[in-house]
Amino acid sequence: MKVTAPLSDIRIRKPETISAPAAVTPANTQGEANKVAGEFRQPVSPEVSEVRRFLIGRGNSAIADRAFGGVMLACAASIFGIVLLIAVELVKQSQLSWHKFGLPFFYKFNVDPDTKVPLFWDPVNGSFFALPFIYGTLITSLVALLIAVPLAIGVAIFLTEMCPRFLRGPLSFFTELLAAIPSVVYGLWAFFVLVPLLRLHINPILMQIFNNPATVKLFGWTGLVGEDGLFGGVNLGLGLLAAGVILSIMILPIIASLTREVMTAVPHSQREAVLALGATRWEMIRVAVLRNARIGIVGSIILGLGRALGETMAVAMVIGNTAQISRSLLSTGHSMASVIANEFSEATSDLHRSALIEIGLALFVVTILVNGLARLLVWAVTRGTPARVA
Amino acid sequence: MRSNKMHDRMRTVADGAATGLAVLATILVVAPLIAVFVYLIYKGASSLNVDFFTKIPKPVGESGGGMANSIVGSAVLLSIASVLGIPLGIGGGIYLAEFGRGTRLANAIRFTADVLNGVPSIVMGIAAYSLVVVPMKHFSAFAGGVALAIMMVPTVTRTTEEMLLMVPNSIREAALGLGVPNWRSVLSITLKTASPGVITGCMLAFARVAGETAPLLFTALGNQFWSVNMNREIAALPLQIYIYALSPYDDQHRLAWAGALVLIVLIVLAVSLVRYVASRGILKGAS
Amino acid sequence: MGVGIEVTNLNAWYGANHTLQDINLPIPANHATALIGPSGCGKSTFVRCLNRMHETNPIARVTGSVRIGEIDIYANASPVEIRRRVGMVFQRPNPFPTMSIYDNVCSGLKLNGYSNRKQLDEIVERSLRHAALWDEVKDDLKKKSGASLSGGQQQRMCIARALAVDPEVLLMDEPASALDPVSTSKIEDLIFQLKSQYTIVIVTHNMQQAARVAEKTGFFLNGRMVEFDSTHKIFTNPSDKRTEDYITGRFG
Repeated sequence: MKVTAPLSDIRIRKPETISAPAAVTPANTQGEANKVAGEFRQPVSPEVSEVRRFLIGRGNSAIADRAFGGVMLACAASIFGIVLLIAVELVKQSQLSWHKFGLPFFYKFNVDPDTKVPLFWDPVNGSFFALPFIYGTLITSLVALLIAVPLAIGVAIFLTEMCPRFLRGPLSFFTELLAAIPSVVYGLWAFFVLVPLLRLHINPILMQIFNNPATVKLFGWTGLVGEDGLFGGVNLGLGLLAAGVILSIMILPIIASLTREVMTAVPHSQREAVLALGATRWEMIRVAVLRNARIGIVGSIILGLGRALGETMAVAMVIGNTAQISRSLLSTGHSMASVIANEFSEATSDLHRSALIEIGLALFVVTILVNGLARLLVWAVTRGTPARVA
Repeated sequence: MRSNKMHDRMRTVADGAATGLAVLATILVVAPLIAVFVYLIYKGASSLNVDFFTKIPKPVGESGGGMANSIVGSAVLLSIASVLGIPLGIGGGIYLAEFGRGTRLANAIRFTADVLNGVPSIVMGIAAYSLVVVPMKHFSAFAGGVALAIMMVPTVTRTTEEMLLMVPNSIREAALGLGVPNWRSVLSITLKTASPGVITGCMLAFARVAGETAPLLFTALGNQFWSVNMNREIAALPLQIYIYALSPYDDQHRLAWAGALVLIVLIVLAVSLVRYVASRGILKGAS
Repeated sequence: MGVGIEVTNLNAWYGANHTLQDINLPIPANHATALIGPSGCGKSTFVRCLNRMHETNPIARVTGSVRIGEIDIYANASPVEIRRRVGMVFQRPNPFPTMSIYDNVCSGLKLNGYSNRKQLDEIVERSLRHAALWDEVKDDLKKKSGASLSGGQQQRMCIARALAVDPEVLLMDEPASALDPVSTSKIEDLIFQLKSQYTIVIVTHNMQQAARVAEKTGFFLNGRMVEFDSTHKIFTNPSDKRTEDYITGRFG
């Protein structure tokens, strides 16, 4: 229904008198009548104030706005640029090695004809194969996960469901702190404290358990015990086990805090529903929280894995720096990251350097895939709220 | 009846066991980590003296000396990294929060930034090596700064975005309703309101990058002497800690511990500041 | 001085949602016009179309014309220019938290490049007087932050801020709904004083408020304008049954 409004006949209610404001008259300069269409009349003295003239003179800011938006977009797009840059440079520098060795770089190796010992990384003869480093990376990361994941989930459960309120703040602060400590500082501690601790106290016990004749007789068939087993060989303290342990310490805060985040994201209504059915607290945690959060927990574990795969300095300081593959965790070795750190600045030839960069390229691709997968999983659970990780 | 009672008792036992395990896990984790922390502080503090901050390393074998050149070198590297990385990061954060909110492009950028944060820093070092060191044919502080800047951009982008998203929309509307151009509103109102958070986010990125060693191994390379030349190798604190840790001399070990403490203090300050600003909230005193 | 607004065939969409349908409305100059209606009827959307604020939502779309004075605001001007001439006061007070009271009030000028110090002082005082806030804050102009005032004071400061750019029209979207009764009545008195100098459009949930303050009232329902007439007629003898039902409280 279209309504036309008659202007006559407006009855205005009597206002309560309030003191009229003592107005400071605006600096009016020229008058300028505002023409109005139709039947609307203007009161007698239409003036345009200085302020209004100033603002009208400002014009529209479309150009400035568009330019500003463009600059901001360029800054944001620099993220893509960085990824592209890294990829391009890595591919460029690893061309030499790629053309020489091809894909077998990652899985083949030569064998010394006389001693039958596998030759992986031979700067002297210019032959490079990356298998030992892949092995070192995988084993140390596996050890780290085996140690860190159960502990981290336990800590997360404690912090989310059982922790007294006054402890929550300090503990979470501590966790954030630990995640931010530089790798070289962890490496320093690991080199001077952890390694001697392993060499003098822990490894002997492990060797005793795994290598004594009784165990060998019972479990020799697994291949994991005895001189050629998991804890055979020489005990230097340095080696795969040391690297695995320091890695576990480093990834623990990340897994714990992310697990905590996904557990907290489970709505209270879920918890209450299960409790209302008479469940104990542990049952409530198992059924309501862990089950709902399990995708996110898997995501945070994978994120921890991603961190472990790429950790450089701490590993380089305790892994012993040899290019070999051995079943024993006590043996020395190298990870993909640590060999680059160790050998790059003194690389003996362009081919050597190129081979190292090719390993770096592999590391780049792998960590992108792993981290991408992990982020997707964590996002799925926390529903798009950006997960913040130190 | 009896099996029910047993079942219930088992459930209670399971509950108790689970609680015990969780507590045990926490103690197993927290106690050693606190011990590590305390040990680091103790070793560092006992090795720290005034000389540390004022002298350069003595020739090998002599005692005394400090890591002053490493501290200065780190400062130079971090300045280069900040000048290159922080503006890009803040601009990126502004785009994500103010222009691209909800768009697929913004989601892709955010995701990429998060993934980039997980790439090992040594890879950034290789990229900077290829990009800067190879064409220049020598190592340089500039190359190190570039490597560190690459690391700062994704972090600063994300923290800036988070802080800007905390500014309530009503304030943006107030500015737009006054006829303030969008660019002016974003910079002078929204960014200014969020500035405590944005600044502390930059500080956190700064502190993180200050402790990075791997990207410097073959870009900045390290330097035994005073140098602020951007065109030459330069010392850096974490790099020097690494070198000293692996050297055979006790004196250099002492310096390494002291340097580690300096890094830890920096981290503690940054993390504490971030938490303090976050707890106070973005709007000072607003309803 | 205010100008009149002529709205012709205004339609608005949020995405696929047809929020306003065929609105035709002449808003008289230098009077207060109230818009009433139940929640979700489109009155807030309508008012935001008058200063192109609805465009801040990327999925919003408008057809039709809105002439403010002699300017068709959709065809002849940019949103930024329009908003300098059409001021807006929002439902919840939204002072800029990092600025003092003084800076808040003159922010519309300073952020557009106005820098004449002496004039700014005068403009701030004038605007705060017009908003009936001057006496309460004149000693703390630069010391207190805009966010440290009470709710009612903040809203009056937002009104002062809107007035400082000397707009021709003042749009108010339920300006007193978040305030206590004392502040509400202060603001109503304010509107009464202001309407002789500005054209005021006020959206309100509160029918008594409309009756107290406005000469003309429009009743919105489900995105359409059902009836637009003098306030007195709307509230004593409405032409449309739906208006009568709403007024008498049968729904909404």
